[in-house]
Amino acid sequence: MNENSISAERKQYLKKQKHKKYLILFTQIAILICFLAIWEILANCGIIDSFIMSQPSRILNTFFNLTSNDLLMHIWVTTYETIIGFLIGTFLGTLIGIILWWSDFIAKVSEPFLVVLNSLPKVALGPVIIIWVGAGTPAIIVMAIAISLVVTILENLNGFMKTDTEIIKMARTFKATKFQILTKVIIPANLSTFINSLKVNIGLSLVGVISGEFLVSKAGLGYLIVYGGQVFKLDLVMTSVLILGIVAGLMYASVLLLEKIILRTKKFR
Amino acid sequence: MAKLLEVKNLNKKYQGSKNEIQALKDVTFHVNEGEFFSIIGPSGCGKSTLLSIIAGLEAKSSGEIYIQGEQINGISSKIGYMLQKDCLLEWRTILSNILFGLEIKGKVNLETKTYAEELLKKYNLYDFKDKYPSELSGGMRQRVALIRTLAVKPKILLLDEAFSALDYQTRIMVTNDIYEILKKENITTMMVTHDISEAISMSDRVLVLTKRPGTVKKIHTLEFDMENKTPINCRQNPKFTEYFDTLWRELGIDE
Repeated sequence: MNENSISAERKQYLKKQKHKKYLILFTQIAILICFLAIWEILANCGIIDSFIMSQPSRILNTFFNLTSNDLLMHIWVTTYETIIGFLIGTFLGTLIGIILWWSDFIAKVSEPFLVVLNSLPKVALGPVIIIWVGAGTPAIIVMAIAISLVVTILENLNGFMKTDTEIIKMARTFKATKFQILTKVIIPANLSTFINSLKVNIGLSLVGVISGEFLVSKAGLGYLIVYGGQVFKLDLVMTSVLILGIVAGLMYASVLLLEKIILRTKKFR
Repeated sequence: MAKLLEVKNLNKKYQGSKNEIQALKDVTFHVNEGEFFSIIGPSGCGKSTLLSIIAGLEAKSSGEIYIQGEQINGISSKIGYMLQKDCLLEWRTILSNILFGLEIKGKVNLETKTYAEELLKKYNLYDFKDKYPSELSGGMRQRVALIRTLAVKPKILLLDEAFSALDYQTRIMVTNDIYEILKKENITTMMVTHDISEAISMSDRVLVLTKRPGTVKKIHTLEFDMENKTPINCRQNPKFTEYFDTLWRELGIDE
């Protein structure tokens, strides 16, 4: 159908869809504003104690004094620890996933260990990690890896194993080697699995870094939260949590951007 | 006529955890050059196993397989194999899918590429060479899969229930298409199917396997005495029903 000759009915439908979209966005913003406004008003009237609960205006104040609080430095520390943990966790997880796909024997042998490691709360390993790698940035990064690694391995391996056996059989009829099957079938077929594991991983790495910072650090958003709690500076705690939310959101958004880039280059290859 | 494929005293036993299962017993037959040979049998008679063994995807327990008088063990480049599903790689274009086999064998060069492209042109797929499999119909996808197999120039083509994933209408059309391609390119073909009418409409000879353990029950030579035989017009031939009855009864006796 010609683009110019859209029927009236269709026009109305499109209008309705657009309207609905705006309504949802508007409601979301309204809820947020109401929540903040009520919080601010209740704090100002003294109904809730702003010393314990903090309040939006004080959070905003702390936020705008970024430089005097060294907030930027703390944000940077948490971000780079997360990115390093994420990169190493993803790389190792994918590599081990490939090894386990390659060798049925190793996969069978490691299965019970992986299951236990997967359900074990990795934070429990904190003290052990600190003793092994020292109290500092390395311990935090190891924690991030510990949390994201097993999930990545399992996710990738699961995807590899679920690859259509008929397609593998087809490749075998052309006398494909195992390496060719890996590079020409398994990996391209699991691109979406890989991207999914990236999405999960970025969140898990952040969890690892924050729990690591709770335990050992002298800098980072996790450190700020713990420090703020100990000295009862709730404004600082709330501001840190808020920033953490923004950082997490931005990291997830960059993975989505990466996904778009990967999928586009794939199409044009 | 020269024998292209010879299978002698082929046996296959599966080792289960509880017992041993004899899937094929003393299977002996041959396929002549240029003919269309079908194998039918009740389900579970081991006909797909037989094809897998000839293709080298599965190991045999004993027996010998020869192609053009040369004994083969394992996967041979003289054999092309087409599976039930078209198994096209969704992330590759049609052209890239067709070159997949050549790429695996490290044989992509100007000559082989030109040959593959000619096949595409000949069978009306050239305009789609830069499209992705998801943009093609079921019948076209099956043709692409066939060309991918033919691009490596096999001596014999094995079809494993190759059309059973398609709906009935498409299936009849695709059967016709594929048959014409195979005759035009003069490809020796061995097909496994559970569909008696499909076997009769396409084949020069039909082998009937018994139920497990699969042994050769009988080999029928089909003659329709018609020019330009195609799977569709041969379904109208009076002999079609005759052959159908014979084969039906033969398969039924085992039940």
